Amino acid sequence: MAGNGLAKKVRDTQVWKSIFRHGPPDNARNRAAVIAGNVFLHLHPIKLKKSGVQLGYTWCMGGLTFFIFLALTVTGLLLMFYYRPTAEYAFNDIIALREHVPLGIMREIHRWGAHAMVITVWIHMFRVFMTGSYKPPREFNWGIGVILLVLTLLLSFTGYLLPWDQLAIWAITVGSNMAKATPFAGHGGPGAMLARIGDFVMVSDKNDVRFQLLGGRFVGEPALLRFYILHCVFIPLVVGVLIAVHFWRVRKDGGISAPL
Amino acid sequence: MLKELINKIADPLYSFPITTFLFYLMMRYYRIFGSKKFGKWALILSVPVIIWFLADPNFILIILFPDNVPIAILLVMVAFFTWFSLHKAAENDVRIEQGLGPIEATPENREKVWSWPNLVYTELFAIIACTAFLVVWAIIFKAPLEEPANPTWAPNPAKAPWYFLGLQEMLVYFDPWMAGVVLPGLVVAGLIAIPYIDTNPKGNGYYCFQDRKWAIISFLYGWLVLWVYLIIVGVFFRGPNWTFYGPFEYWSLYKIVPEYNINLSEYLWIKGLGVAMPKNLILRESLGIILTILYVGVIPVWAQKATKMGRQFYKDLGSIRYYIFMFLFVTMMSLPIKMVLRWLFSLKYIVALPEWELNL
Repeated sequence: MAGNGLAKKVRDTQVWKSIFRHGPPDNARNRAAVIAGNVFLHLHPIKLKKSGVQLGYTWCMGGLTFFIFLALTVTGLLLMFYYRPTAEYAFNDIIALREHVPLGIMREIHRWGAHAMVITVWIHMFRVFMTGSYKPPREFNWGIGVILLVLTLLLSFTGYLLPWDQLAIWAITVGSNMAKATPFAGHGGPGAMLARIGDFVMVSDKNDVRFQLLGGRFVGEPALLRFYILHCVFIPLVVGVLIAVHFWRVRKDGGISAPL
Repeated sequence: MLKELINKIADPLYSFPITTFLFYLMMRYYRIFGSKKFGKWALILSVPVIIWFLADPNFILIILFPDNVPIAILLVMVAFFTWFSLHKAAENDVRIEQGLGPIEATPENREKVWSWPNLVYTELFAIIACTAFLVVWAIIFKAPLEEPANPTWAPNPAKAPWYFLGLQEMLVYFDPWMAGVVLPGLVVAGLIAIPYIDTNPKGNGYYCFQDRKWAIISFLYGWLVLWVYLIIVGVFFRGPNWTFYGPFEYWSLYKIVPEYNINLSEYLWIKGLGVAMPKNLILRESLGIILTILYVGVIPVWAQKATKMGRQFYKDLGSIRYYIFMFLFVTMMSLPIKMVLRWLFSLKYIVALPEWELNL
């Protein structure tokens, strides 16, 4: 790739050289530099075992999960421009998104992408299990992965409420009703009646875990706001931090697994 | 005729034992299941079957229900990757038997290659393919949107998002505190515990089956039968009032299935001894409480003392790992056991203490 005419001219400009601080990656030195010198690409090792790049071994599901997470972040951000998390506006904003926004497939990509992410996480875990990749030295990273799985489901679950239609509030009602059966911490769970002093009930539907989750005794406007903030800010932040830990540990634990 | 038969055997009463049996066959004959020939014929034969299913007006109604498209994709992917991983495992097992070692360990595959271009281009193509797939999916299928939220009118059936429907299906057999809190919590804890329980050094970093047979069988049983299968039941076979409907059945609101489920204590005192239920709660439920303690506390000890496999596990794992593993294992198996007891004896609760919200 010595370059022909125009391409070489572009590559020789000061602008190009200021961005890419090395020549084209066609020799060993530059192939190392292109990975090590780029903040995004340096998530990768410079070299890795051949089995680790084979699709038949990795299935690429972890990488796709991360990509879909990024795609959801971008589409979600765009959706936030059009959406207000109040009982008065939420549903109408979704209608407006559908009726008035040109080329509007952002909500579709966001929704189907969310489902796809749940699927890719599961298949990724399935692959990691089948290759025994959770075994030492990767035990801790498997645990991080399990927590990321739970957070993925919670992200999807909290987002499910936001359209504020019948599908949304009743799915969340069914789901969050489980919380009231939490032993000792939910008012309908075992042990809750033990937590009373005389007539004073300590765990009731006005203070149990479901109330904390929903900000009320049923799925109403406070729940919409809570789920909106959990969905758009809190859980993505935690997921972002844990993804960083997950990737860091993949590298520190010896890269993509291979026979010892 | 055939449709009526499928409608009938899709009922968990039949389809759960069938699924478990098929799972047994798949594990027992994983080399046949994982062969290229089997994969090819399964693919060829599944196409007309899927078309035949989709041609049914009632089935297509269920498939096109909001958010049910992803489950169809999930099923295709789970089927493919289950076959694929066992295919790779079977290939490696043959190699290991011949003394060649797994394919991933050949000098050629251990060789290091440059990330650029080998890895980054694979990733780029995967990203482009994934984007194209999502965009096409988004153009063909609109995101679902139903009527505005109405807290005073509940749809029937009211279902959780599809990935939780395995848990919702468990509500048929367990109370919410078990199906919705304790069991999912133990699933998460159990998953995290896997690498600390499974001390088998073999099978690290390559596909195989023989080297870690029991780990794979117990994981796949939980994943394929207790998780994916229950989601299928929850999504496709549960209609209004969480009643069972076959795949070719119309979800009529008027289908009523009478259920007479009886608690173990009622079996004991009223049917067995012919006396009134004791007033004392503990006495009333004593049989169920004893059975539960025996199940959780005594089976692990018995298995370790009396069975060859239990002794072997105990020797390999040490006491702490062994008892944690057995606790998680008997908890996982409590679900199929409860299902079978329900179908055989219409058993509702083994321990029924609604006074304390403690039903088991």
